[in-house]
Amino acid sequence: MADYEHHSYDVIIIGAGGAGLRAAIEAKQRGLRVALICKSLLGKAHTVMAEGGVAAAMGNVYPEDNWQVHFRDTMRGGKMLNNWRMAQLHAQEAPDRVLELEQWGALFDRTKDGKITQRDFGGHRYARLAHVGDRTGLELIRTLQQKAVSMDIDVFMECKILRLLRDDNGAVSGAVGYWRPTGEFITFSAKAVILATGGVGKSWKYTSNSWEGTGDGHAIALWAGAELIDMECIQFHPTGMVWPLSVRGILVTEGVRGDGGVLRNSEGKRFMFDYVADMFRAETAESEEEADKWYDDHTAGRRPPELLPRDEVARSINTEVKAGRGSPHGGVFLDIASRRSAEFIRRRLPSMYHQFMELAGVDITATPMEVGPTCHYIMGGVRVDADTAATGIPGLFAAGEVAGGMHGSNRLGGNSLSDLIVFGRRAGMGAADYVEGRADAQTLDVQQVQSIIDESLEPFSRETGENPYDIQRDLQELMQSNVGIIRTGAELDEALTQLEALKVRVDNISVKGGRVYNPAWNLATDLPAMLTVSTCAALGAQARKESRGGHTREDFPKPDPEFGKVNMVLSQPNGSGMNAEVKLDPQPILIMPDDLKALFEEAK
Amino acid sequence: MADLTMRIWRGDQDGGELVDYEIDSQEGEVVLDVIHRLQATQAPDLACRWNCKAGKCGSCSAEINGMPRLMCMTRMDQLPEGPITITPMRTFPIIRDLVTDVSFNFEMAKRVPAFNPPAMPEGGYRMQQIDVERGQEFRKCIECFMCQNVCHVIRDHEENKVNYAGPRFFIRYAELEMHPLDTNDRRELVREKMGLGLCNITKCCTEVCPEHIKITDNAIIPLKERAVDAHYDPVAWLGRKITRRTKRSAAEAAADRP
Ligand SMILES: Cc1cc2nc3c(=O)[nH]c(=O)nc-3n(C[C@H](O)[C@H](O)[C@H](O)COP(=O)(O)OP(=O)(O)OC[C@H]3O[C@@H](n4cnc5c(N)ncnc54)[C@H](O)[C@@H]3O)c2cc1C
Ligand code: SF4
Ligand code: SF4
Ligand code: FES
Repeated sequence: MADYEHHSYDVIIIGAGGAGLRAAIEAKQRGLRVALICKSLLGKAHTVMAEGGVAAAMGNVYPEDNWQVHFRDTMRGGKMLNNWRMAQLHAQEAPDRVLELEQWGALFDRTKDGKITQRDFGGHRYARLAHVGDRTGLELIRTLQQKAVSMDIDVFMECKILRLLRDDNGAVSGAVGYWRPTGEFITFSAKAVILATGGVGKSWKYTSNSWEGTGDGHAIALWAGAELIDMECIQFHPTGMVWPLSVRGILVTEGVRGDGGVLRNSEGKRFMFDYVADMFRAETAESEEEADKWYDDHTAGRRPPELLPRDEVARSINTEVKAGRGSPHGGVFLDIASRRSAEFIRRRLPSMYHQFMELAGVDITATPMEVGPTCHYIMGGVRVDADTAATGIPGLFAAGEVAGGMHGSNRLGGNSLSDLIVFGRRAGMGAADYVEGRADAQTLDVQQVQSIIDESLEPFSRETGENPYDIQRDLQELMQSNVGIIRTGAELDEALTQLEALKVRVDNISVKGGRVYNPAWNLATDLPAMLTVSTCAALGAQARKESRGGHTREDFPKPDPEFGKVNMVLSQPNGSGMNAEVKLDPQPILIMPDDLKALFEEAK
Repeated sequence: MADLTMRIWRGDQDGGELVDYEIDSQEGEVVLDVIHRLQATQAPDLACRWNCKAGKCGSCSAEINGMPRLMCMTRMDQLPEGPITITPMRTFPIIRDLVTDVSFNFEMAKRVPAFNPPAMPEGGYRMQQIDVERGQEFRKCIECFMCQNVCHVIRDHEENKVNYAGPRFFIRYAELEMHPLDTNDRRELVREKMGLGLCNITKCCTEVCPEHIKITDNAIIPLKERAVDAHYDPVAWLGRKITRRTKRSAAEAAADRP
């Protein structure tokens, strides 16, 4: 009866960004049958867009650097909400993972003595980001892609997963999806599933994320019974383009500031000096003279305030604009033109130069850029075990942006690419350990499969109904205004009410045309996930009555030590899917062992 | 009001036609923005690929007024007045509307014998910036496949696709060939099985590359020289490359691949 193709593997990996590719390589090296599945073509995931670099305490530029310092920076950047064990493993293993990329063909920029060079980024005490100009993500994804292809890993491109399946024992058993180029359905049975689906930014109006950032992995994990944590912790990157309107949100790498760019308001003032929080005062420069010395020699002065963690800078820009000191198009000025030579800018930031020249007609070697905050990254995500990337569901693993915990309430720049390769590998290992010696997955429940297929086809059965693009636009407006960079209790209540109304509209979508590469249908299948993650973000934001990292409440402007001790855990104990209730339960964070705690004492 | 006419190819494997859409212009838009607005308002099922909207992922290639371009990096105000014609890349089979089947390229990628460096010394490989820069030029490739699309060897001769890697993969072979650490020798392979000889250096590929990679001058021509050397005069070749590690033969390298 079934009119869909079926495949059976040991491990399927959903997502082919850095995390998914690295996981696939690891599982394949263990001799397992591996499938790698992605919504776009191979090599087009978000990872390709990453610009500035990959953070790893290799100590090539500052020998003083080591994993303890990186660990400490990461935890402080995340306002101590991080899963300390993830932060520790990440800091310890990132250097080896970066070196491994060179064994697979990557070519990073060099120091004079031929080692991988490293650049400064916000929140990192030392120059720590290995990079290739400002196209580091391209280098990372291409290297992993070429490695994976050379290992003959089966790749299912433009294949979208709709839902996960579980067997009678509650273990994950496979997934259902469809081929975008044909609209035909496909099922996988697998002993283990690794989620590496990236982020959620597409539910906000101004975002650096592509159409893929719809939070599918977060949603299908929750629907399958896994827990999400801290979904309110969303990073608004301080510097997105603001003009022309059609490119609003596109990222301007932090590398601009790492390489000497400064932020100014309409009065020409370097306003960041006015916004240094107590926590960072001891290590931040007090004057422009002091800050400027630091770029050449980190011992000659303290860090410029432009390089504070992203949450601090984004909020400050927001405040300046609100106070009427913004740029003509509602941002502030990012000026590197007056500070570095045109030759230096073109060499260090070639794709930024290109991007502004072609999209905005602005020559960044001559004129300041206009920039403002853009929704960029979600720190929250699927709750996982640090060492194995295992979720609470047997056989289900998660790594990369879809996993929560590593970055606490705010991520430092460059810590994502390193996260992908550290925990992508660990997810591959965790899944392999789990799979080895297990019998094949049970046959899939045909009825369950059929009901998933039927549900996804409903939009075609309605003669009239909602246009999915209208719903997406209204959702983006809502999230931008009510669950944006600054939040209030009343606005969050309103958001939750309106999200319910949007869900009703999603259930009434009508799509015309065939199933072959139909973007409207594709969006119709994305919207349930977008509504689910948006609901989770709003619920978390409402419950966390404090301001911490990427989560800022106007009505609770300070961090509250009590909230600093809990993760906001979300689950669907009764029912599953967009319309089922999401329960929120604050649970204690992992307690850091004393020897690591001591690192923070020493630093004071 | 509606001051723009977008003339877009709509159809599938069985055929199709140019369809005119009228829409108003907005300040600062690129072609992809207009396509998105058409999807949201008039043509919800209009198929096109995109991801980054910033020229970084190479998804949105199409032919704009007959010229291969990235739709996300082509500003509307830089196109001539009059209807704007958007058609899919011609060299690849149609899936639907502006989306083509580019699997040819992924097949060619599978045939590239893998990078094969010596064991890594403690603390990582040492390479000089000047040496990595040669490979870095080719690694800027965003796989938009527009160079493949314009190359007449496959654009006009479907039958050549079996044994022709195309400019995108000539730069990949060149990159590996020039990699300071690589030990595989792919010169015979690229000459005999990958069709390097079919390229007659028309430079059309270089002209369309959005990353401004000098495909012909920096990759294809040096590769041709090396491949010829390898074929006719291996002794001279070895002599010139004396400072480099001896590379494995093409047969050995190809054996890495099924
Ligand atoms: C413009 C930009 C610049 C950045 N710069 C940096 C930087 O300099 N340094 C840094 O560390 N980080 C940076 N980041 C962040 C970093 O790039 C991302 O967090 C990271 O790449 C996410 O990787 P990932 O592997 O988790 O997922 P992604 O790379 O997002 O990949 C997700 C994959 O999942 C697939 N997928 C999703 N849903 C489904 C589904 N339902 N079915 C099948 N497949 C699915 C997608 O097709 C894709 O292959 C940047 C991000 C952006 C957007
Ligand atoms: S130069 Fe060679 S590879 Fe490039 S388009 Fe011409 S024939 Fe094709
Ligand atoms: S070489 Fe240039 S034109 Fe060819 S695929 Fe790469 S980026 Fe595109
Ligand atoms: S959308 Fe990525 S290159 Fe155009």
